[in-house]
Amino acid sequence: MKVLVAIKGVPDYSGPVRVLPDGSSVDISSLRKVINPFDEIAVEEAVRLKEKGQVSEIIALTIGLGTAQEILRTALAMGADRGVLIETDQEIQPLAAAAVLAQYAMRETVQLCFLGKQAVDTDNNQTGQMMAGFLGWSQGTFASKVVLNEKGVEVTREIDGGLETVQLVFPAVITTDLRLNQPRYLSLPNIVQAKRKPIDVQPLTALGLDVAARLKTLKVSVPEKKRRSQRVESAAELVACLRRDRVIE
Amino acid sequence: MKILLIAEHDNRIFKPVNAHLLSAARQLGGDIDILVAGQPEPSVIQSAGQYAGVRQVLTAADPVYEHLLPENLSQLIASLANEYDYVMMPATTFGKNILPRTAALLNVAMVSDVMQIVSPDSFNRPVFAGNAMATVQISEKVKLLTVRATAFSAEAAISETAPIKTLQKVFENTLSRFVRTEQQLSGRPELTAARIVVSGGRGFKSAENFKLLEQFADSLGAAVGASRAAVDAGFAPNDWQVGQTGKIVAPDLYIAIGISGAIQHLAGMKDAKVIVAINSDPDAPIFQVADYGLVGDLFQILPALQDALQQKVH
Repeated sequence: MKVLVAIKGVPDYSGPVRVLPDGSSVDISSLRKVINPFDEIAVEEAVRLKEKGQVSEIIALTIGLGTAQEILRTALAMGADRGVLIETDQEIQPLAAAAVLAQYAMRETVQLCFLGKQAVDTDNNQTGQMMAGFLGWSQGTFASKVVLNEKGVEVTREIDGGLETVQLVFPAVITTDLRLNQPRYLSLPNIVQAKRKPIDVQPLTALGLDVAARLKTLKVSVPEKKRRSQRVESAAELVACLRRDRVIE
Repeated sequence: MKILLIAEHDNRIFKPVNAHLLSAARQLGGDIDILVAGQPEPSVIQSAGQYAGVRQVLTAADPVYEHLLPENLSQLIASLANEYDYVMMPATTFGKNILPRTAALLNVAMVSDVMQIVSPDSFNRPVFAGNAMATVQISEKVKLLTVRATAFSAEAAISETAPIKTLQKVFENTLSRFVRTEQQLSGRPELTAARIVVSGGRGFKSAENFKLLEQFADSLGAAVGASRAAVDAGFAPNDWQVGQTGKIVAPDLYIAIGISGAIQHLAGMKDAKVIVAINSDPDAPIFQVADYGLVGDLFQILPALQDALQQKVH
């Protein structure tokens, strides 16, 4: 069974986020791109299934600039078999990303696709569900447990207030939540080996899809909230302050 | 203007989050229809009709929708959507599961996590873990939105009841099947709806010590939260996690104990009315977003706090 893993490069989330003075965007020029942490979990899950012998091939796909190959190398070093870069300098919004993924999944006849539940830059949480919608496939979002069985795949989902388990038939799209697994550290031999794995680069324009941005960002601002930042010296003083503010009795 | 809201419920309870969604819809203005799909008890349908501005309640009561699974619920919503200017769902795991799939069926873009309505076609939503707010404009004919409940007040129920229209639309689901749910039963208020949230971080040092936090929360009638670091360390279950990758809360009072204040965490709680930080490190970033900061050893402060809370108000 062939598995597709979609990954996105995001600005290093440990770095500072500053809004450009003209309010047009966020200044991320100084931040290096790293693999979206949820997508790293997606790669890890696919690799674990392959190690169990339940998956034959793992394809890692990303959309972006030529430099996005570095992100693919990370996935290859983790255990993906080959990489695909759909090259573009355009802003790709979730609907367009889902259309690209759906087309690729059909062409490669994959049975299972893993994506992170959201990217930590745009925080949309849409692409996996949209991809499943385009394809008419089953979907298991926010997965914290994935078990392949004779009927397809059983997915345990993190929902508000608990867990929900669903049985999906193949082909299926699964989006990953934090608790699904702990991605492995990359070993030097694996990093070296990953350099020899193939990456197929295709221009986005060759796919013939409508990938125009549908949403326009008018402005980006820093939300301001004034806090008192008052230091208190004791538990008793704190309780007195909170009573004065009428937030406790 | 016509708005379709998709009600969140578990077939027994019309969730409080719907009242917030209604208030967002009322800001947009126009006729509001509420879709109640599933196998709802009559009280759920009745609750949906008890809000000002609601023109009618649409019901799709059929066993195929019982567990509100995305594969066919999105088809049902898509079959109705073109009659509306807006289709809105709460930005909960329910809304986030269903609405993007519906958007693909309609081949339209959508806006997630609306926190403010700027104009009929532009909305504020948080990006980069809430470190920035983007104003986005959407030009689709039917606009699909998920709405952050904590950013909108709750609409009050009224005594009148909107008419009910029964839909005869049955979309079978051959792709997925519900197996089970495991609900956390704690007796505490739900994290995203609680008036007071008490959260713990790595400062607690062990899962055993985290029980002190639970006791403290119970003495306040508060919900219990945790930082991602505490969850990763195994001190607390994942569904207690507050932050960009966990729950977003905006209670009247948020008390962060032993939490350093990673950006990831701040994204989940910085809209609280009053924030208290308790940490042994005076330079912890959490103090910068707090209204009140108390520096010290949490294992000494927690009992002292409990004592102070028990003192009668003079």
